[in-house]
Amino acid sequence: MYAVVERQMIVPNLHEFTVEAPEVAESVQAGNFVIVRPDEMGERMPLSVADWDPEAGTVTSIFMQVGGSTAKLARLKPGDTIPTYVGPLGKETKIENFGTVLCVGGCYGIGSLYPIARALKAAGNTVHTLLEARSSFLLYWQDRFEKVSDSVIELTRDGTAGYKGHISRLGEILTLEKIKPDLIIVNGCTFLMMKASKVTEPMAVKTIVNMNPIMIDGTGMCGVCRLTVDGNVKFACVDGPDFDGHEIDWEEFLKRRQTYNPEEVHPLRKSGCVSHF
Amino acid sequence: MVKKIDYNRRPMPKQEPFERIKNFDEVALGYTEQLAVEEASRCLGCKKPLCMDGCPVAIDIPGFVSAIVERDFAAGIRKIKATNALPAVCGRVCPQEEQCEKTCVLGKKGEPVAIGRLERFLADWEASSGTIERPDVAAPTGKKVAIVGSGPAGVTVANDLALLGHEITIFEALHDAGGVLTYGIPEFRLPKAIVRREVEYVKSLGVKLHLDHVVGKTKTIDKLMETFDAVFVAAGAGLPWFLEIPGENLNGVYSANEYLTRCNLMKGFRFPEYDTPIKRPSRVVVFGGGNVAMDSARTALRLGADEVHIVYRRSRQELPARLEEVENAEEEGVIFDFLTLPVQLIGNEHGWLTDLECLRMELGEPDDSGRRRPVPIKGSEFKMKADAAVCSIGNSPNPLIPMTTPGLEVGRKGNIVADEETGKTSREGVWAGGDVVTGAATVISAMGAGRKAAKSIHEYLVNQKT
Repeated sequence: MYAVVERQMIVPNLHEFTVEAPEVAESVQAGNFVIVRPDEMGERMPLSVADWDPEAGTVTSIFMQVGGSTAKLARLKPGDTIPTYVGPLGKETKIENFGTVLCVGGCYGIGSLYPIARALKAAGNTVHTLLEARSSFLLYWQDRFEKVSDSVIELTRDGTAGYKGHISRLGEILTLEKIKPDLIIVNGCTFLMMKASKVTEPMAVKTIVNMNPIMIDGTGMCGVCRLTVDGNVKFACVDGPDFDGHEIDWEEFLKRRQTYNPEEVHPLRKSGCVSHF
Repeated sequence: MVKKIDYNRRPMPKQEPFERIKNFDEVALGYTEQLAVEEASRCLGCKKPLCMDGCPVAIDIPGFVSAIVERDFAAGIRKIKATNALPAVCGRVCPQEEQCEKTCVLGKKGEPVAIGRLERFLADWEASSGTIERPDVAAPTGKKVAIVGSGPAGVTVANDLALLGHEITIFEALHDAGGVLTYGIPEFRLPKAIVRREVEYVKSLGVKLHLDHVVGKTKTIDKLMETFDAVFVAAGAGLPWFLEIPGENLNGVYSANEYLTRCNLMKGFRFPEYDTPIKRPSRVVVFGGGNVAMDSARTALRLGADEVHIVYRRSRQELPARLEEVENAEEEGVIFDFLTLPVQLIGNEHGWLTDLECLRMELGEPDDSGRRRPVPIKGSEFKMKADAAVCSIGNSPNPLIPMTTPGLEVGRKGNIVADEETGKTSREGVWAGGDVVTGAATVISAMGAGRKAAKSIHEYLVNQKT
């Protein structure tokens, strides 16, 4: 059993989730994920890691409450235990001195982007961070990014913070900010990563995305996380989760991610008022 | 008095097909005491028994069979456990017809003694008797061995080395022990309570079990070598193969590993009581002809499919599955499409599988495996409706350990290279066995490899300078 150290909603629907897992904390790197199971009946869910403390033996993720299983995670309190917390899984994000790197984060991906930006900065890169959200109240961890980035740019759909609009404005923003990235790294929902990749393709800047398919074992055994990259079938859990966003068959990926949408929300449909009494 | 030879084996009581396709309970119900004694009494008691030669772990078969005749079941199970830590599992899933029973003298004129069923009977008898006997464990040697994977190979090595007094820790990647016995083989063929029972037995010998630990990721082999004197790698068959035909990433197309893991390990058949969902489509097609294909097809039936097909490119004769499993599948209503090759999977606009396009085949000249090679018949394309397809055509070994262990020799197919007789790898202090070496094979061959490796590891440890 693994003890929950912290579980807190930091912005609406997004939770910071810290678990005591010393062996994971010892070997985890930016870009890795863990697999968690909230209880003995629960399913195995991949969560990207957002931070860790090897001395305290803790690992932190940011997750979004969507369906029944994430709702179970969202009900956990410090001191509770969960039966499964395994990792680190997946290949780490490649870190070296690329020159200038633009880190783009949205939603739960802002969390997993943070250790990437931190490692890139430590490797001597010029790091610019672009945080994207529907509205200013959904942005978080700007203070952390300030410490590991040369600049932090905000982009909100309603314009309540930073630039107004969507990631499709990326080219224009880069011109205005006078940033010429050698590499772009995007962490976030599938839609953000897909849109960002489509925008950066004509710019001919390599764009790395951190894929988030359905998984079960997370060790290469089941193959449910497969996706097409440059015409070849890859398993996100062992070949990724980082891939070149310009090579991914996004249409197929989006469809595969929706396989269990009805089942995902099934428990929520059943949790009407009656079930609370 | 000359014993009258009885050529007919006692049938195994089974759940009726119409009944069993509605539940996940075990199909074969096991011999009663009476049936077991009758069956064991058929043994001729050969002076030079051939049955033992066929057993990869060299169980004293004549010994335990005669113990059953004498109704000394405790002595019988003791004889099995001297060389086999998993009798309830082996009695159920070993291909005995290819091993011990194949060499039984009775089989020349009639049916061989049902050795597997008798092994199962003794294991189940012991479990229901409530007292599990444990062999004596040797005095502690102070040597520590790490075992990667808690499947059949890993558990066998753990058992053998624990009995010799070594300190054993098994590292298991999943949240439950047993490897393929837990995630792969369905409840109706091998109840999980039995796997748990056998794993508990090995733990009772002092073996430590560390779940949720992916060796190669959580800790590397090199890291383990800092605290352990030897490492045995039995990480199993990892990456599932697909047919590599168009449409394989459509929704509704599964690897057998995914399909069976959802159902067995994650208990998807009890969704929504358990959170992991599994689809319950009405027309399911399974590709392949091995035991895993039979398991997948029979699982689909139990999940409520109206029609389940097994599409296999050769004929019934060449099916690699155990005959018993093929017959079970036939009885339950699985439809076999022999000499059929899927060439394309077709989906709808939402990305869900709807049809497959296949080719008819005919058998040509024998190939390298000695089986007649299937050759496509020109112009024989036809379509089949399907809303789920399960690829059950094999796996390559798990890549995580080769990827993270420098100096570990790996074969062309990604398998760890290990000596056939000792299980030694190219790395000093590292042994390997089971599917990670051979690619997908049987439970008992993995156990046989474990047995040999345990012997070699023990020799290494006792000769090691301290």
